[in-house]
Amino acid sequence: MDREKIIVAENLTKKFGKFTAVDGISFEVGRGEIFGFLGANGAGKTTAIKMLCGLQSPTSGKAKVAGFDIYKESEKIKKNIGYMSQRFSLYEDLTVTENIEFYGGVYGLKKNVIKEKTKYFLETLQMEEEKNKLLKSLPLGWKQKLAFMTAIIHEPKIVFLDEPTGGVDPLMRRQFWTLIYKSAEDGTTVFVTTHYMDEAEYCGRVSMMVDGRIAALDTPSKLKEKFNASSMHEVFVKIARN
Amino acid sequence: MLILFGMPVAQVLLFGFAIRNEIRDTKIAILDYSRDNVTQEISNKILSSGYFILSDNLFNDKQLEEEFKKGTIKEIIIFEQNFSENLYKTGKANIQLILDASDANLANMVMNYTNSILKDYQKEISAEYSNPPAITTEVKMRYNPELKSVYMFVPGIMAIILMLVSALMTSISITREKELGTMEILLVSPLNPLMIIIGKVIPYLILGIINAAVILLISVNVFGVPVAGSNLLLIGETILFVITALSLGILISTIVSDQQTAMMISLAGLMLPTVMLSGYVFPIENMPVVLQWFSHILPAKWYVIIVKSVMLKGAGFEYIWKETFILAGMTLFFIILSIKKFKIRLL
Repeated sequence: MDREKIIVAENLTKKFGKFTAVDGISFEVGRGEIFGFLGANGAGKTTAIKMLCGLQSPTSGKAKVAGFDIYKESEKIKKNIGYMSQRFSLYEDLTVTENIEFYGGVYGLKKNVIKEKTKYFLETLQMEEEKNKLLKSLPLGWKQKLAFMTAIIHEPKIVFLDEPTGGVDPLMRRQFWTLIYKSAEDGTTVFVTTHYMDEAEYCGRVSMMVDGRIAALDTPSKLKEKFNASSMHEVFVKIARN
Repeated sequence: MLILFGMPVAQVLLFGFAIRNEIRDTKIAILDYSRDNVTQEISNKILSSGYFILSDNLFNDKQLEEEFKKGTIKEIIIFEQNFSENLYKTGKANIQLILDASDANLANMVMNYTNSILKDYQKEISAEYSNPPAITTEVKMRYNPELKSVYMFVPGIMAIILMLVSALMTSISITREKELGTMEILLVSPLNPLMIIIGKVIPYLILGIINAAVILLISVNVFGVPVAGSNLLLIGETILFVITALSLGILISTIVSDQQTAMMISLAGLMLPTVMLSGYVFPIENMPVVLQWFSHILPAKWYVIIVKSVMLKGAGFEYIWKETFILAGMTLFFIILSIKKFKIRLL
């Protein structure tokens, strides 16, 4: 891997009292990569992502995101990342356009840029007809796609997606991944957590988390080879058993 | 569960102790122009009744205004000159009662108690005479001569509405963002957390000020409540109180994470004590000592005192700086505590 390393984590640990949510994880992510973070619920995926985003500070360990230290330069990191949480994160009582405008404003984009983005988003998502509808009237899959688009409205270097496809039907998930691929092609690094093993196949590299530790980390095909499995699901089951 | 079973207990105790139609240890001042043994006897009788304690002996009527504006005493008893001479020679002597009627109910009660003690005394002395001497009392209700209840409701309503709008709405709106997950997104954005909170609070600050203005305009123009003091001072103090309530709302929202709990805490923890213990419905002076202590930690109590002093008594800043400082101190305390809590959550 000779790509520029955009996320570097070393022995990152987070303890909540006696409970260790994330236990000394180390990994590197290259620019433009789609990096999957897999694991069962409660394996520590969300905590790991929150530490990298600056929402929680680590108990110990080091990490650099977009070249900035997560302890000292979290403000600089914030300008360079986008984040979509596992909970739905747009305003339900604003319309589609208002949501885009609001997040554009939050990231300090200029008015004409926001206008362009709005037009582009509506086209890409084929939501022109819904642009003045309140968000709560839209199906979940649509909202998730819009949430993803607003997370990258400021063209961040990295976008963190925390279980972005939870509760969405398979077809929508496919469309969602098309969007992810598209932004990766544009050079955005994608850091995505999921517990859908089929989605792992879409990732460039995958780390399997079990009980706060990284149990395996490689490309999906190499992982399958290594564990002599036909699918990522099998890989996960084999790792979890050990 | 605790709330379900605790509420009725708390309510009953609160109501039982707070609603008192009797007075106790009410502070009064005496201005005795006569200083003879009859006035001495009457004073002793009043002060030994258990209902009153002497806060000050006055020497001239210039002190009256000053005493009332300080706000500690509720009644001033004035004996006319040559009281005993008048009483026994002409058979008639005058006592003047001046009451602080900014709390109309309390003033009425205090007056009745004083009157009945005076009548008692008169009965005692009249037994010895065939032509009994009469003590006539002249009552002056200061600040609210007609004892209009609207005068005392206005400060209370202001406190309650502002508390409701500011604290309740702020805490709900911030916890709402937490519940929806949008707060996380905002925190990940380059926006400073402080700016996010200020942004959430400004609408309620404006709303609170508008509400206060509306209440004031209605009470002045429709009910004829006077604003004896400076309008500017009143507005300034009101803004201070709105900020206190807002910071309380922020504090609540940093502690709890969902709207329902925020609402419960705001309503049960703020509204109820504000209504009961701020001295707006029931006079604080008559409550048990424990409740009196408790009332000290309510921002509304201090605000009600300030509004009464400024609106009804025309007091200037020199009379209410203490209350103002307490409010400002509380605000600072809430804000510092919120910032600390907020940081801990992020760690």
